[in-house]
Amino acid sequence: MATYIARRLLQGIVVLLAVSMICFIIFRYMGDPVLAMAGKYATQSEIEEVRHMLGLDQPSYVQYGRFLWNALHGNFGKSYVTRIPALGLILERFPATFELATTAICMSFLVGLTLGVLVALRPHTWYNRLVMAGSLAGISVPTFLTGILLIMVFAVYLGILPPFGRGKTVTIGFWRTGFLTIDGIKHLILPAATLATYQLAVLLRLTRAGMREVLAEEYIKTAWAKGLPPRKVIFKHALRNVLIPVVTMTGLQFGELIAFSIVTETIFQWPGMGNLLLTSIYETDQPVIVTYIMLAAFIIITINMVVDILYAVLNPKIRYD
Amino acid sequence: MIATANAHSGQNPRSLPKAGHLLEIKGLKTYFYLFEGVARAVDDVSLHLDRSEVVGVVGESGCGKSVTAQSIMRLVPEPPGRIVGGSIVFDGMDLVKLPADRIRNIRGNRIAMIFQEPMTSLNPVFTIGDQIAEMFRQHMHLGRRESLERAVEMLARVQIPEPAKRARAYPHQLSGGMRQRAMIAMALACSPEILIADEPTTALDVTVQAQILDLMLQLRQDFHTAIIMITHDLGVIAEMAQRVVVMYAGKVVEEALTADLFDRPLHPYTAGLLESMPRLGSRRPGRSRKLKEIKGMVPGLLDLPPGCSFAPRCPRAMDICRRRVPELVPAGNGRRVRCRLFPGQGDTSATTADGG
Repeated sequence: MATYIARRLLQGIVVLLAVSMICFIIFRYMGDPVLAMAGKYATQSEIEEVRHMLGLDQPSYVQYGRFLWNALHGNFGKSYVTRIPALGLILERFPATFELATTAICMSFLVGLTLGVLVALRPHTWYNRLVMAGSLAGISVPTFLTGILLIMVFAVYLGILPPFGRGKTVTIGFWRTGFLTIDGIKHLILPAATLATYQLAVLLRLTRAGMREVLAEEYIKTAWAKGLPPRKVIFKHALRNVLIPVVTMTGLQFGELIAFSIVTETIFQWPGMGNLLLTSIYETDQPVIVTYIMLAAFIIITINMVVDILYAVLNPKIRYD
Repeated sequence: MIATANAHSGQNPRSLPKAGHLLEIKGLKTYFYLFEGVARAVDDVSLHLDRSEVVGVVGESGCGKSVTAQSIMRLVPEPPGRIVGGSIVFDGMDLVKLPADRIRNIRGNRIAMIFQEPMTSLNPVFTIGDQIAEMFRQHMHLGRRESLERAVEMLARVQIPEPAKRARAYPHQLSGGMRQRAMIAMALACSPEILIADEPTTALDVTVQAQILDLMLQLRQDFHTAIIMITHDLGVIAEMAQRVVVMYAGKVVEEALTADLFDRPLHPYTAGLLESMPRLGSRRPGRSRKLKEIKGMVPGLLDLPPGCSFAPRCPRAMDICRRRVPELVPAGNGRRVRCRLFPGQGDTSATTADGG
């Protein structure tokens, strides 16, 4: 197990290096930060001064080395726009995104799993067809449309949920949470539901397919032959086996939700990382963009590793050594 | 030790007077309603089992032997399957009519079953010990620790070395033979009165097969369990069973004591089965002899021939065989046979010829 984790860490570092390389190329060759900072009407000497200040007069490998060195120390440079360290800027937004993604993934996991099991158990009923049609819609309707529809129904027509923002938050240490106020939770519902829709549909279909497959297995026949009641056969013997792919999928999705909830955050003006990324792209705020990409890569690699370890816990056939 | 596992508190079946058979199946019909039509997988099957007896049910795949077993346990997948007629009387109860919660008290507890594929019959995500312990928890309401201790004892009784260690192993960590032993341990955990073994050795190596069969015979004596041995292998029957029921296309075609059957098979199908069986030492090595086979294929259950199902493959078939379904008639010494070659068919007008 320890060697496995070490190997995965090493792999993760290699991936991060590759990502950093790409980031550096973007940093170095796309757009002109000098122009952005010095302004259109700068003189040649001013431009040179900025170039020197940013270290852009050095050869590329020196620049890359410095970029890496700084990145290792958590220094990704300052935002061109706000002059605040980019990492700090993003991390400040992290709790909002994390809470949104967590809520969304919990919603889709619980609802998706429950519906998936129900539908698998009664394949020939009207609600089965309803749920399956709904899940197809959940997969094919794009996020922005779901979000706008939800806002229209719940915020505009019914007026029971707020359409944007994060509402009241409470700060604990560095973490600003919306979980602790009713207003915060109300604000969370619509964006989380929007974010959850697609994942929910995917998990539902995965659960249903897995459940139907597992229920036909020999060991389920054994479980019935043992005289176990249906709840034990289904929720213990069958579900434990179905959970293996479902948990893997959920974990992978969770990483993606944290890193790429941009559309949803924009629709609901959610003060999270995705929203920040979009603003930064508008303003060609390269340090923020690069930091975001690096952070996203880091989060996804970490979560994938956690999922792999969890996989071993759920599936005794997998032993890492 | 384990013998105390007999404490089926309150309802001890072994103290009952020996009225009738332990299990009596009468006119069982289990049909599958498929898109293409009705498959009569089990069609009017009657057989019985006495205490501590081993009855073999033999036949080719698709002859209905497994479905018969599943019907006893009420494990026939519904839909498409359904038990449409007949009765299965066990301890005064008709299992066919028993409500689901009461059948669960019988399954595993008083009638247990082991399956063909030990590879896939154990749940891959739970330890062997857990899966056996579940029997004690479900049917004897024992606690966690006690159930596990009993599970380890059961593993020892099926002669698994280092039972405490094996109890913590997952199915994939054991060999096929070990897994089948574990399955047997699980099935016998609550000392059932009947053990249904559905091709328990088919998936195993020949050497392991013999060990498993020996183990089953030995445990039968220890646990006083009657066994229904379902197999296509007459060798297994010869070794295990006192009585044999031969099935073909959903029907019983012959029933006899094992010795009688091997000595003198009555039904042409049984004779064919015996001839297609390799015998040790029957030929000198080097001079290869081809085994006889029964020509033709088992008919599909959806398009059975109108008369005797075996008629198209039967070397002794007569005209009438292709028109009328023969009855299962007594043939002396407790034997029964479903064939026109033997007297006693209802429509006597056609039983003049003995077919040569």
